Amino acid sequence: MNSVGEACTDMKREYDQCFNRWFAEKFLKGDGSGDPCTDLFKRYQQCVQAIKEKEIPIEGLEFMGHGKEKPESSS
Amino acid sequence: MVKYFLGQSVLRSSWDQVFAAFWQRYPNPYSKHVLTEDIVHREVTPDQKLLSRRLLTKTNRMPRWAERLFPANVAHSVYILEDSIVDPQNQTMTTFTWNINHARLMVVEERCVYCVNSDNSGWTEIRREAWVSSSLFGVSRAVQEFGLARFKSNVTKTMKGFEYILAKLQGESPSKTLVETAKEAKEKAKETALAATEKAKDLASKAAGKQQQQRQHFV
Repeated sequence: MNSVGEACTDMKREYDQCFNRWFAEKFLKGDGSGDPCTDLFKRYQQCVQAIKEKEIPIEGLEFMGHGKEKPESSS
Repeated sequence: MVKYFLGQSVLRSSWDQVFAAFWQRYPNPYSKHVLTEDIVHREVTPDQKLLSRRLLTKTNRMPRWAERLFPANVAHSVYILEDSIVDPQNQTMTTFTWNINHARLMVVEERCVYCVNSDNSGWTEIRREAWVSSSLFGVSRAVQEFGLARFKSNVTKTMKGFEYILAKLQGESPSKTLVETAKEAKEKAKETALAATEKAKDLASKAAGKQQQQRQHFV
């Protein structure tokens, strides 16, 4: 899958491979410590942040934002 | 006004397989509309939960009538954020997904809870809720309210016009403004003065005629 920044796609794929392995073999089995992918993640993030800042307004959006309390019925 | 959706799905795979697959979903034969995928934030909390924020761009497919109504939106892909919390200790995952552009046209929000299926612990169920809203509803309400306000104002004018013409036809002087009353008073005063002058003139000429008659008698 491509990254939003074409230049970042390879870095993204490298990070994804590392993450998927750690996620299934360590994290889901209760061992959330010692993330071996931090360096790869940093490199990938630096690339992506630079690109998305130019076009995409994702600053200041609350995590899980307005998902906490929502009416169940249509008002 | 919000459209609400509630649904439930079951995947015949265990929760850990589903959670792992969640990160490897794209691309797949059914995701041609998904153009890019990026993790823009990720952290492990002190209580061993994984928080992630994923940025997706998707094509903006609209029916032809919508393209004609909203030409400015046609050229832009949709940016979507998906926030997620993976809790391996409780074997649950919660996601919240929404679009961050085209929002003035429409906002779709989706909240999913993934957990072990209550009937079969080897399966995973997904409880999915969504809210579809559009601020265009606000525009149509504003148009309606303006229409009603203008109509009410015109009703007031209609009734005043009726009262005016009825009073006129029934010979009553319709209620006038102060300016009009003053004007009329001025006119009336002028008339009275004129009439008085005329009467005076008349009296004067009558008196002159009588004198002449009297002189004739004395000759």
